[in-house]
Amino acid sequence: MIVRLMGEGQYEVDDEVAKGLNDLDEQAAQALERGDEEQLGGLLRRMAEAVRLNGTRVPDEDLRGSEAIVPPDDLSLDEARELFEGEGLIPDLPSAG
Amino acid sequence: MAGLMSRASTVVKAKLSKLLDRAENPAETLDYSYEKQLELLQNVKRGIADVVTAKKRLELQETQLQQSIVKLESQAREALAAGREDLARQALERKSGLQQQLQSLDQQTQQLEQQQEKLVASEKQLSAKVEAFRTQKETIKAQYSAAEAQVKIGEAATGIGEQMADTGLAIQRAKDKTEQMQARASAIDELTTSGALEDFTSDQTQLDRELGALASKSQVDDELAKMKSELGPGDKQKELQQ
Repeated sequence: MIVRLMGEGQYEVDDEVAKGLNDLDEQAAQALERGDEEQLGGLLRRMAEAVRLNGTRVPDEDLRGSEAIVPPDDLSLDEARELFEGEGLIPDLPSAG
Repeated sequence: MAGLMSRASTVVKAKLSKLLDRAENPAETLDYSYEKQLELLQNVKRGIADVVTAKKRLELQETQLQQSIVKLESQAREALAAGREDLARQALERKSGLQQQLQSLDQQTQQLEQQQEKLVASEKQLSAKVEAFRTQKETIKAQYSAAEAQVKIGEAATGIGEQMADTGLAIQRAKDKTEQMQARASAIDELTTSGALEDFTSDQTQLDRELGALASKSQVDDELAKMKSELGPGDKQKELQQ
């Protein structure tokens, strides 16, 4: 499946890597819940490394979407909250009206 | 509790659906979306320029701090040579304070450097995807019926929309970081000119004054000694005559 590392780009990874990502992702969500910025950063970094190390880079001009999106690993707690609440951190895309 | 990946996807998809909300006329939607992509490309270029400007300002401040550090060190030497250890200590204390400021400026410059790299990478990716989208939109317009085009637009827009959201995030984060640093840089500027930074400027002036006094005192001493030595033989003659 295609995974996007936010701020970096897209990679194609196999099911095994995807499974590993899900495990780390669960722990990362718990770290965020606890407000543990260091743990959160460490886990996001491990996720990004797993993708970089085991995945194949998708060419920039590929227009396929990603099945999973990994947030940046240097995200502060405040930024993480903003990101997941869908406010501010990612500006709204213009509507096609 | 949902994982972070799915939460990030949900946010990006929500942003994306707005982009495709009212896709009544496929050709218009494609052109409109393309226009917005070009605007975003301009934004990311502007973002890079802003980061470069902020970095230059930090570098200028670093140079000024370095000059002050060199000056304080030579002042400390002068003071010590004149036997004023108290003044030398004061100058070295200032110097150490400035060195800490310098270190933190250094770190910030590095952080800005990272933001710049991310923006440049993001611009490259977006640029490649925009170009691919441009080709695809012409194909879609030429080859598909309205109903088919809708599906194709959805496919093409997913990838480009996701990239647009990601680039938007990179721009926003760089902007936040740059603003934080500009605020800090202004604060340092203001503090160093007003003298509020650990009484830096006012103390520095006093330090300068004391060092200046020290230098002129030693000059006076030197001149006195010189005069004495010139007068010396005369004095001795007087002594001999008596």
